[in-house]
Amino acid sequence: MIHITSEPLNPQEITELVRKNGNGAVVTFLGVVRDQSEGRRVLHLEYEAYQPMAEKMLHQIAQEIRERWAIEDTAIAHRLGRLMIGEISLVVAVASPHRKDAFEASQYVLDSIKHVVPIWKKEVFEGGEAWVGGEEKGAAPAH
Amino acid sequence: MRVSVRFFAMYRERAGTSQVDMDLPEGATPEDLMARLRSAFPSLPTGSSALVAVNSEYADPKAPLHQGDEVVFIPAVSGG
Repeated sequence: MIHITSEPLNPQEITELVRKNGNGAVVTFLGVVRDQSEGRRVLHLEYEAYQPMAEKMLHQIAQEIRERWAIEDTAIAHRLGRLMIGEISLVVAVASPHRKDAFEASQYVLDSIKHVVPIWKKEVFEGGEAWVGGEEKGAAPAH
Repeated sequence: MRVSVRFFAMYRERAGTSQVDMDLPEGATPEDLMARLRSAFPSLPTGSSALVAVNSEYADPKAPLHQGDEVVFIPAVSGG
């Protein structure tokens, strides 16, 4: 299951999607908005995506772990829009017969999301804002 | 030929719009397109770190574009 949405994510529902009797291991990862970054007090984050491509890339990542670990049961949900401190931005649930594969595959999903999926976040902190990973990291004045 | 450009994240903010159509000579590439965009939108980021996607797939910035293509310049991603 691949889902990109502006609605809040429900990790329990998403985890249930991959729970099956043949899977002895379920790994669920939550990405959560934290309250500070590089010593700055974060107020909120803003996520946006090139959604058709992001969905396509997430399907591709799920296919890669199917081929590499024979894992059929993967659920990836990413939230967009304004997220406040403590809210869940990402849920990745991976289930497999044994824990080693589930851990490795979920790590692979997370690394891939960080590198290739066209989703961006802007940190809005006290005194400014900045796109994370952008070439101009300096604090732009808030408007 | 005419292609459609969509802007996201820092590119969207710097361009001040999320979408623009551009007329290009036949055989023009994403690199050629970016040169034109920089003239049209001087505030676009100047670094060359952005990748390019054509029709929702990462693409070669030197490969010719085609009529009706949707082109997106993809600055460093930061999902998660």
